[in-house]
Amino acid sequence: MPVKDKNGVKVWQVRDRNAQLIRWAMWMAAGIIFYVSWMKISDQTTWFFVFDAPRIAADIGGRAMPPKWSYITQLGKPIWDTLNIATLGTVFALMMAVPIAFLAARNTTPSKLFIRPIALLIIVSTRSINSLIWALLLVSIIGPGIFAGMVAISIRSIGFCAKLLYEAIEEIDENQVEAITATGATRWQIMVYGIVPQILPAFAGIAVFRWDINIRESTVLGLVGAGGIGLQLQASLNTLAWPQVSLILTVILVAVVIGEFVSAKVRGAII
Amino acid sequence: MSVTLESRVGTPWKKQPFIKNSTLRWGLLIIAVVYFTVALGSMDVNWSRVYLGLERGRRFVVAFLNPDFTSRATDIKEGMIESVIMAVTSTVVGIALSIPIALGAARNISPLPIYLVCRFIISISRALNEIIVAILFVAIFGFGPLAGFLTLSFATIGFLAKLLAEEIEDMNKVQAEAVKATGASWLQWINFGVQPQIMPRLIGLSIYRLDINFRESAVLGLVGAGGIGATLNTAFDRYEFDTVAAILLMIIVVVMALEYLSGIIRARVQ
Repeated sequence: MPVKDKNGVKVWQVRDRNAQLIRWAMWMAAGIIFYVSWMKISDQTTWFFVFDAPRIAADIGGRAMPPKWSYITQLGKPIWDTLNIATLGTVFALMMAVPIAFLAARNTTPSKLFIRPIALLIIVSTRSINSLIWALLLVSIIGPGIFAGMVAISIRSIGFCAKLLYEAIEEIDENQVEAITATGATRWQIMVYGIVPQILPAFAGIAVFRWDINIRESTVLGLVGAGGIGLQLQASLNTLAWPQVSLILTVILVAVVIGEFVSAKVRGAII
Repeated sequence: MSVTLESRVGTPWKKQPFIKNSTLRWGLLIIAVVYFTVALGSMDVNWSRVYLGLERGRRFVVAFLNPDFTSRATDIKEGMIESVIMAVTSTVVGIALSIPIALGAARNISPLPIYLVCRFIISISRALNEIIVAILFVAIFGFGPLAGFLTLSFATIGFLAKLLAEEIEDMNKVQAEAVKATGASWLQWINFGVQPQIMPRLIGLSIYRLDINFRESAVLGLVGAGGIGATLNTAFDRYEFDTVAAILLMIIVVVMALEYLSGIIRARVQ
């Protein structure tokens, strides 16, 4: 037990001297890294604007404050588009994620040496890139519109869904699979009767969870021209129509809260 | 089981349906089919435009095979450093802000008024998308990494404080009580009774959040909040797909490295 000798009285300490020194050095290094990083940000900041920020914020808030409620009649179609982008994107993502998850899971992959790394690479690369970047890319390839947004959402979701799903597949109870195998079932029958029933709850949970996230993400895809309510937001921001902006933000907030509520209810019902 | 064995012998086994109630099952199926036809119908795809775009898509794939790191090297380097700096500082500040809020949002150690305030902060931070917050912060604080740093710090609160508060609520009460019984002050109680129990989770979540913050910092540049996103956006606008590919590959590599690192650290902590 580490103790400190203080005027002949032994006092208990959490750590001995060396451990303490190492910790101090690590905290010191972290502090220096933070300070250097902060100075870089500080150098690129016009501090005058920052000190002026409360006034600007109050100004924008004042302009935005009574939201332009009459504008809501024009938001029906965009919010419907946003919902479609999120839902269809999730469905298509799941269609692609399921085979990839089976190829990536250690216990179901046909080849650990060749196919599994490829599946993992697909998972990592689709997951690392934000849906907004995918949308940017797809808008420049297939043109602006809802379709680009939907494809962007579904590509972004593949990695997320496939990763969670293949972890669920790896955690299944092998005894059930073995029991089905013992009846003389074929590969596909093992899959359908041995593995799928075990991962179905996880699958449903992942689907709803991702749908909730996709609703949030699809609200901003319009900023790069990929359809949905973000288009209206971008247009209102560009024309400095702050009352419209505040209304759109309110609508987005309500949509997100409803989405979270629905997903929580469905997940509660499944699990 | 009301069905006897005799009555079942000889009849083939049928798979149980996923939803037992048949009206609910068919109802949900019909709703789903109707929704999909309507939704797909409302999505007018300009196929000739898509066909034209395939050529650009092919160019992009080719660009991905030989990315161009050199011709915009300085822009990429500066953008990357800025993204990393934003991710690091915002994670540090985000954690520092999250810990008190998490303590306040854990029902078992905080009084009701504080609990409600902290939960409110968390839900606001979770409900607002990073990009939307960044747009507002850019409008208020001006262009540059400061707006991105503030956005990410704010977004970190919603994530970290929520999960940490849940961890505190799940903690072992006995340990905390034992520390309290020694006559510890509130701060000592938190420090020796609560903190050791949540530390592994806190470290794991922090590393994970650093990873998320880096990924998010890559898009904040699209709305003028600094980082590699600005470089990426410019490259897209100029159709320099080889530079785009280089940037995307670098993002993927950094994210993979962070994920690997977080795996090692989490394995060591737990």
